[in-house]
Amino acid sequence: MDLLYFFELFVGGMIRGSIYALIALGYTMVYGIIKLINFAHGEIYMIGAFTALIFASVLSFTGMNPILIFIIASILAISFSVGYGVTMEKIAYKPLRGSQRLSALISAIGMSMFLQNYVLLAQTSDFLPFPELVPDFKFLEPIKYLISSTSFLILITTAIVMIFLTYLIKFTRTGKAMRATSQDARMAQLLGINISKIITITFVIGSATAALGGVLISTHIGQLNFYIGFIAGIKAFVAAVLGGIGSIPGAVLGSFVLGWTESFGTGYISSDYEDVFAFLFLIIILIFRPSGILGRPENNKV
Amino acid sequence: MTPILETKNLTMEFGGLTAVGKMNFHVNPGEIVALIGPNGAGKTTFFNCVTGVYKPTSGDILISPNGKTQQRINGLKPNKVTEKGLARTFQNIRLFANMTVLENVMIGRHTKLKSGLMGAIFRPRSTLEEEQKVVQDSYEILIEVGLEQYVNELAKNLPYGAQRRLEIARAMATEPALLLLDEPAAGMNPQETKELDETIIKIRDVNKISILLIEHDMSLVMSISERIFVMDYGKLIAKGTPDEIKKDPEVIKAYLGDDDA
Amino acid sequence: MLDILKYFSLKEMKKSLIISLWFMILTFPIMVIKVNTIENTVIWRWGSLAGMGIGSFFLATLWRYLLDRKKMQSPLSSKKTLQKRVMEWSDANPRAKQGALIALGIFIVAFPFITSMYQTSIMTTALMYIVLGLGLNIVVGLGGLLHLGYAAFYAVGAYTYALLNYHFGISFWICLPLGAGLATIMGVLLAIPVLRLRGDYLAIVTLGFGEVIRIVLENWNEFSFGPSGVANIPRPGFFGMDMKLQAATIYIYFIMIAMVLFTIFVVRRLENSRTGRAWIAMREDEIASEAMGIDITKSKVTTFALGAFWAGMVGVIFAAKTTFINPASFTLWESVMILCVVVIGGMGSIFGVVIGALILILLPEYLRAFSEYRMLMFGAILVIMMVFRPGGIISNIRKIYKFEPKPSPADAGKEGVK
Repeated sequence: MDLLYFFELFVGGMIRGSIYALIALGYTMVYGIIKLINFAHGEIYMIGAFTALIFASVLSFTGMNPILIFIIASILAISFSVGYGVTMEKIAYKPLRGSQRLSALISAIGMSMFLQNYVLLAQTSDFLPFPELVPDFKFLEPIKYLISSTSFLILITTAIVMIFLTYLIKFTRTGKAMRATSQDARMAQLLGINISKIITITFVIGSATAALGGVLISTHIGQLNFYIGFIAGIKAFVAAVLGGIGSIPGAVLGSFVLGWTESFGTGYISSDYEDVFAFLFLIIILIFRPSGILGRPENNKV
Repeated sequence: MTPILETKNLTMEFGGLTAVGKMNFHVNPGEIVALIGPNGAGKTTFFNCVTGVYKPTSGDILISPNGKTQQRINGLKPNKVTEKGLARTFQNIRLFANMTVLENVMIGRHTKLKSGLMGAIFRPRSTLEEEQKVVQDSYEILIEVGLEQYVNELAKNLPYGAQRRLEIARAMATEPALLLLDEPAAGMNPQETKELDETIIKIRDVNKISILLIEHDMSLVMSISERIFVMDYGKLIAKGTPDEIKKDPEVIKAYLGDDDA
Repeated sequence: MLDILKYFSLKEMKKSLIISLWFMILTFPIMVIKVNTIENTVIWRWGSLAGMGIGSFFLATLWRYLLDRKKMQSPLSSKKTLQKRVMEWSDANPRAKQGALIALGIFIVAFPFITSMYQTSIMTTALMYIVLGLGLNIVVGLGGLLHLGYAAFYAVGAYTYALLNYHFGISFWICLPLGAGLATIMGVLLAIPVLRLRGDYLAIVTLGFGEVIRIVLENWNEFSFGPSGVANIPRPGFFGMDMKLQAATIYIYFIMIAMVLFTIFVVRRLENSRTGRAWIAMREDEIASEAMGIDITKSKVTTFALGAFWAGMVGVIFAAKTTFINPASFTLWESVMILCVVVIGGMGSIFGVVIGALILILLPEYLRAFSEYRMLMFGAILVIMMVFRPGGIISNIRKIYKFEPKPSPADAGKEGVK
């Protein structure tokens, strides 16, 4: 039975890791391009989940097919989150390009507070139930106790997003421009790359994946409130740092490592200290390997 | 005569790439020495090794600020290197932008002062005297480099040439035995370069500070340096007096490209 | 000069209109639709859509006007700001300055006697935030290190007093230095692992540290009594006299006044000392300051330790003032709140932090109607501040030294007025 428990924790960690990965990607990409911790990224995830909940609830009152509702709600959630992400960049970060990093960081914290309280005031502070939309998949019947259909959906979606993003960054023109910008923004600009456009694209992709993560986790857990974004955002950031910020495979690896650490930590040690594991792990990693697991050590340019 | 700075087989590698390879190099007391070479030749990396920003992969960096015994300074932190009597300026100006010109120079005096936290809070006589002296000393350094009119300006508001000179003033304030200048004339107009030329010679003759400079401006290099070292692709390819360097075929090849091949 | 009326031309209005449309669409689901998941009904709030449209139209206009104005100002222009004028005026009229200071002093002393106990209590809270702000200012404003776990040190101070008093009956006045000392030690302990980290990592690690402390306090029941916290913490004693609530409130007010004066005194002296200059240099450029012989490690450790010192001290007073503490008082938002005090007031400026604390604590108290919007406003203000006035309300002005035209050793280095 112990082995089964271990597997349960293992799968649980993978699901957590997948969600972290979907958020961490946005962090890592934004950091790669504009060297800013977008503290408000977690709120985009929350807004995605909230928007999905609102549309899904409204549509479910009409008696539409649940799968169709899920798809429509997801698409709407992603679209609105992208809107928020891009708007946020224009308001809070674009005017600060070229100023001190501390200013941009504080602006990001302000944005995060603002968005959280905006949803709190416009909606509610209570936990809201997310309608059950994903049916039980037949083929999962034999291993139902290990993987539910929502968790299966999470794993699959994460895998698809990873593959898509890797392709985008490695093989497309946009991807190349993004890599060039992250290497040396000024040089890239001189070579005719439209930096503003690249930053917008980065925020679009980051917000879209975060919203996807938000929708998936809400269907999986079945409820949400305005505060889910902040802690998830911070942890996803931890994951991105663990893996080596700026590196996409690093973000995924870091997310899984973090997911497993939390899953096994809460499973075998104590569930009261769930968040403590994440942060202690981060501190230890940063002491011994400041550039993360897959990150390249950075030499100061003088 | 013991050289004030000597490197033996100094090597710096970045993950397989050799930025500086087996540099043997020295500066004698009272000399003005220039280090030249095409862009990317490893000059600044060499500077960073000597001043402790990078820890060299192998080789020795030996200094003798007092002109007697040599000591090895590999891997020492930059602030320790400065304490030992090597001061530097930066290629891309790195002033303390939001501090006044005077304060920038006062920071340079940091290692020469003693007062700590308790001194700051209780302000005993010794601290007050020390503070008064540092203000005065710093002001005099500013007069020396001709920046006294900007004394209370914020560093970021200075014109470009003045910023470069402030970098030198700040480094001088550490009372170095050897001053390392990383492209001090970069971006200056001919008039400013000429003034810089005079300032450097004055620093050597009046303040008795030896000078090592990296520079692209050949007229400056040729007119003030006593010896020149030439680097290319991380290696030392020539050394000698300005006249010798002008005629050296290796140097000409490095600068003009290898057309014959 | 730019005129705001120009932004109401047809072309500009069209721009604003497009922006307001965008915001109406963007905020539609969150602002307009509200689902009641229990009764399965939907409330459509069309009114808020109209409000959003009109509001964002004017805000977009104002935003563009301010942004353009900011661009027009060249950084080199030595334009006389209001702040500079006030300073010059006070330098020119030392008598008036003295008078103003005396009036302020009388007001401060008289305050608890001319207002209610409630007012005094709020003012004491504001004073606490002044000291917290000044403490964090050492780390963020002078050292340039973004510290998001500051409330943890505040908690260390509070719990030191609460627990030492609960278990051993140790009095307030003994716990005050103990709490400060313990927090300082914690500050050093935190500084050691984060020394090697760059700015952004530092923010996240300090945030993590703050959360770890809070979670431990919440879950380690045997040690800290968990979420229920510690109650019945005695108020500070006055030579063993027992005081009524009102007297105690006034007493704590004066303790805080003394603490504020003490903090300002120390921070002012630090700011223009060798140590303080080294901190500021570190903030401006780590590599250059190291090249000038500054020991970055030492500077970082001292800023963290000193910042923690004040948080610990105020923590003890906080526990004594409220007589009840629990981990909920020391969340991340508390740290962010203190950061707001520093940032909005003016990073690196003592006067700015004082103003920042007074505005941030007193304004929401007196604008009760808006109290739910407090955090929303703070968030917005942080962004607006960073975009338009990163130096804060009161920007830090460096000390001016005056020199005689030809300095002679005798009258050298006369310090001018700040």
